[in-house]
Formats: sequence, C-alpha cells, structure tokens
Amino acid sequence: MSSISREWLIKRILLVAAMVVVLGLAMVVYFMAKESLPAFREAGPANLFSATWSPRDGRYGMLVFLVGTLTTAAGGLLLGTPLALSLALFLTQVAPRRSRALFSRGVEILAGIPSIVLGWLGFTMLVPWIRKLSGSSGSGILAASIILAVMVIPTITAISKDALEAVPASYAQASLAVGATRWQTTWRVLLPAARPGILAAVILGLGRAVGETMAVAMVIGPASVFPTSLTTPTHTLTTKILMEMGESTGVQRSSLFAMGLVLLLLAMALVLLVRRVSGGPFKYGVVE
Amino acid sequence: MSVISFVSGKVRGRRPGSVGAEGAAPSQNKRAGAESEAIPGEGAKFRLRDVSLRYGNRPVLEGITMDIPERRITAVIGPSGCGKSSFLRCLNRMNDLVEGCRLEGLVLLDGEDIYAREYDVTALRRRVGMVFQRPNPFPKTVYENVAFGPRIFGIKDRETLDGIVELSLKRAALWEEVKDKLREPALALSGGQQQRLCIARVLAVEPEVILLDEPCSALDPIATQRIEDLLAELKENYTIVIVTHNMQQAARVSDYTAFFLIESQGEPGRLVEFGDTATIFTAPADPRTERYITGRFG
Ligand SMILES: Nc1ncnc2c1ncn2[C@@H]1O[C@H](COP(=O)(O)OP(=O)(O)O)[C@@H](O)[C@H]1O
Ligand SMILES: [Mg+2]
Repeated sequence: MSSISREWLIKRILLVAAMVVVLGLAMVVYFMAKESLPAFREAGPANLFSATWSPRDGRYGMLVFLVGTLTTAAGGLLLGTPLALSLALFLTQVAPRRSRALFSRGVEILAGIPSIVLGWLGFTMLVPWIRKLSGSSGSGILAASIILAVMVIPTITAISKDALEAVPASYAQASLAVGATRWQTTWRVLLPAARPGILAAVILGLGRAVGETMAVAMVIGPASVFPTSLTTPTHTLTTKILMEMGESTGVQRSSLFAMGLVLLLLAMALVLLVRRVSGGPFKYGVVE
Repeated sequence: MSVISFVSGKVRGRRPGSVGAEGAAPSQNKRAGAESEAIPGEGAKFRLRDVSLRYGNRPVLEGITMDIPERRITAVIGPSGCGKSSFLRCLNRMNDLVEGCRLEGLVLLDGEDIYAREYDVTALRRRVGMVFQRPNPFPKTVYENVAFGPRIFGIKDRETLDGIVELSLKRAALWEEVKDKLREPALALSGGQQQRLCIARVLAVEPEVILLDEPCSALDPIATQRIEDLLAELKENYTIVIVTHNMQQAARVSDYTAFFLIESQGEPGRLVEFGDTATIFTAPADPRTERYITGRFG
C-alpha cells in the first residue's frame, strides 16, 4: 500500500472514531432529555425541583437530592483539598528526592481503590464510629463527605503536583535570591503561579465527588428528606437514582431521568469551568 | 523546581581548621595574608580565600583567592563551563540549593564569614542581590514584581511601597517606560525591559552587592546598551559582579576583570588572572589570558 493511501486510510479511521464518540455523546444527551420529557410535561418543573419526594402523591421533587449532592461534594472538597494540597506540596517541595516516587505510587494506589471497598469500610467502621460519637444514626452528609474526601485526594494531589512541577524553577530562584524563605517562596510565588492548575484539580475532584454513587450510597442514609444534621440520613442524586431504578415506572421513572439529566449538565458545566480556569483541559496557564 | 528541594539547603564539608571555624568574624579580615590580595586603593567588599566548590564529587572551582573591590564593577570571564556561574552563586549562597554542593575555604562579606553556621542566609541574599541569565519576572504585575521583596520583609504600608516601587524603577532606568503600566503583567514587557525590571526587583530590597549572570545574553544590542549604561550608573552605590561571555562587554563596563579557566576536562575551574580591566585586556600577565582574549577578539 502506498504511503499516501495509508495516510488517507488512517485519517478516515480517526475521523470515523471521532464521529462515533461525538455521536455517542450526543445520543446520551438526547436520550436523557427524551426520557425525562414525560416528567417535565406531566409533573412540571415546579414539582420536579421541589423538596418533596412522594411518588404516591404525585410528588417528584429532587431538591433534597440535589442539595445532598452539592453538600456532600462540597464537604468532600472541604476536607480533601487542604490535605491534597499539603500532600502535593510535600511531594514537590519537602520529600527527599528518593522517597518522592514512593509517595507518588502511594497516591496512585489510593486512586485505584475500588469505591465499593471504601463504601464498605465507611459502612462497617466510619458510620458506627460517628454513631457512637454523635449519638445519631451515623450515616449522612458527614460520613459521605469523609468518604468522598478520600476519593478526591488522589485526583487533586496528582494534578496539583503536576501544576506545581510545571512552575519554572526560575520563579523560585528569583524569589529566594531576594531573600525570601522557602515558605514565603512557596506561598507567594509557587502557589499563585500554579493556581490555574490547582483550580482545575479541585474542579475535577468536584466532578468525581458529584458523580460518585456506590460508596456514598453505603453511608448516606437512606432518607428522602432534608437531613436535620450532618449525621442524619439523606440522599444524593446518584444514590436516589440507584435506589429507585429497579422498581420505577411511568412519571417516577422519567423523573429519575430528569435527575440524571441534571447530573449530566452539572458535569458538563464543570468541564467547561475547568477549560475556563486553566485555558484548556490540561494546560496549567504557566507562561514560560 | 527540579534542582531545588527543601532538604538540600545545606552546605557541608567545611574543612576542620579552616579559618571560618574560629568564629569571631571581625578578627578574620585582620589576619595576616588577608591584606596581600587587596587591590591598592580599593576597599574589599568580598574576600575569598582558597575557595573550592564541588557538586557531589565533581570539583568545579579550586583555590579561588581574590578580593572584590567595593563600588566597582568586577567582570568574570572565561570559557563556558569553567565555573563562572557557580562562582557567582558562592557569593549569595544560591549554591546551597544544589543538592550535594560543598564549599571549602573562606568567603567574607565585609569581614564576616557568610558560610558560618549561624549566618542568616536570607539576610545575606537581601544584601547580595542576583540577576539571572534569562529575565525571570514573576507572572504578576510590574508593580507586584518590584514590591515583592519589600513585602517579604514586612512592608505593608501602601505609600511606602509606592515610593519604593517608583524609586527602584527609576534607579533601574525603567520608570519612564512603565509608569503607566504598573498594573499590567510584567511578562508583557520586552525582554530588555523585563531584565531591567528584574534589576529593579533586586534594588527594591536595598542590596549592597548586585550579582549579574550574563544578564544580556538573551537581549538585543540596544537593550544590552541600556543595561550597560545602567550598570555604569549603579556602580556609584553598589558593588557589582557581572559574569559575561562577551569580551567587549567586559572591556566596556568593568573596572576589574577576573579570568577563570579549566585546564583540561574534569579539572576544576581556577582563577588564572585578576586585575584591573585595562591591564588584563592590554597587557595580561599570564599567556593563557592573552590567548583567550586575543582568540575571542580575533
Ligand atoms: N546544579 C548543578 N549541578 C551539578 N553540576 C553543575 C550544576 N551547575 C553547574 N554544574 C557544573 O559545574 C560546572 C561549571 O558550571 P557553571 O558554573 O555553570 O559554568 P559557567 O557559568 O562558567 O558556564 C559545569 O561543568 C557544570 O556542568
Ligand atoms: Mg554560566
């Protein structure tokens, strides 16, 4: 085969592959929209976005679950981000060169823990522990946040580490050369220079937290009402869909699709946000 | 950050019995022999006595003994790889950042051993500023670049900072060009302006010495000219040490010239000749200096 026609073939194959991916994505959105249409038509947006979930009474409100998703994700980030950033700083600044690889492998392994394992540990150890300390049921937003923190730490650490490493060494040199300490240099030069990458890391972590289902389902409740505290049961969008999917029909089923659609839009918004803050999916806005 | 790590901030391996171990800095500049290197009629800002430097087990500099005169421009010349940059970094201890770096011998700043155990490195670097080969402004505004050092040293008052920024930019001969761009990103300036901004950033912490490592190698001739003019002005108030690849530049700007050389591969760099620039360039004492200079001019 001549090189021209081989090139032509490769181009075609890549084009088809790209089209399949785009088409697949478009079909997911289309399918979700189509399936949630009955809920929007018959129950109406006011009903769908209310705080009452009671299919028997024709109430399909997802507000409780949306709030559950946002609070558990926010809680996970609140707990996870400082730890992940500290870890990234430790890995790039403090750890002796030889042990860096070891720690980095550790973080990667943490990323590879199946979520069911974390959920199981949460269910069997974390929840009883919180129950004993708080005197309440133990499951809820706090437990879910802690589990999610463990899940977002590897993501945020790895990407922040890359962002910190991408900061030109000349910045740190300039800072140290006017008499700044290591700490001042880290705080005033490195972190600001790496900020776009770190923000991207946090947003990707948020994406992971928003989408996580299994591990959260095992420690969140279940209950379809607003929790009265951080340690009383509730639901997130994902866990609610998981619980209801088997036995739903009609408008109830369609309202689950509407929840999925909201999740999908949330995820897409996050991706766009990452692009905005980092100037591209994996560019850290550091100018050489 | 590859060459820099928190754990490597040490320079070990002082020779036991080297003069630095005696403590009591003021007595050191009076010790016998120290005066013999002094250039007649000049006060010495730095005194180096038998300074050797190694990266791991690779010797880079050996037996450097010289006095760097105060409020003069000293040029450091020599073929690439002979340790000019390393020499410069000995003077503000930036070599501390290189893992496995060891210095032996004595480096005195105003008679004080800057490698003494309890010596404050951040204070040293404030007194001995450094300008790098490639302009390296922070990705911040022009103003924030100059205000960086003063802020580090705790100045918060807006008016004080404004004053320091203006004065430093004026001293760096950059004020007229950037006074309307103080809030714009420093990286938007031209290369020559960025380099003068880096000089302003150093001047803002009121140093006594300015070290420049081939500051014009990334600049065009006009920008180079501006920096050279600036150095001539700055030497009224500052001790300046400039590494340069460019013979003509050394001849044009400096009062004194130090010629470093590696004899053969794997050898450390040594100071071949040090003296006033006119003599070095017209009547060098060492044939190796002459060969290098004529070869370079040739
Ligand atoms: N950070 C470093 N780590 C190890 N070796 C270095 C480092 N910097 C410079 N060297 C070595 O030290 C020698 C002198 O380098 P340098 O001081 O940069 O010379 P010059 O500035 O005269 O070109 C060179 O052989 C170089 O490879
Ligand atoms: Mg050099």
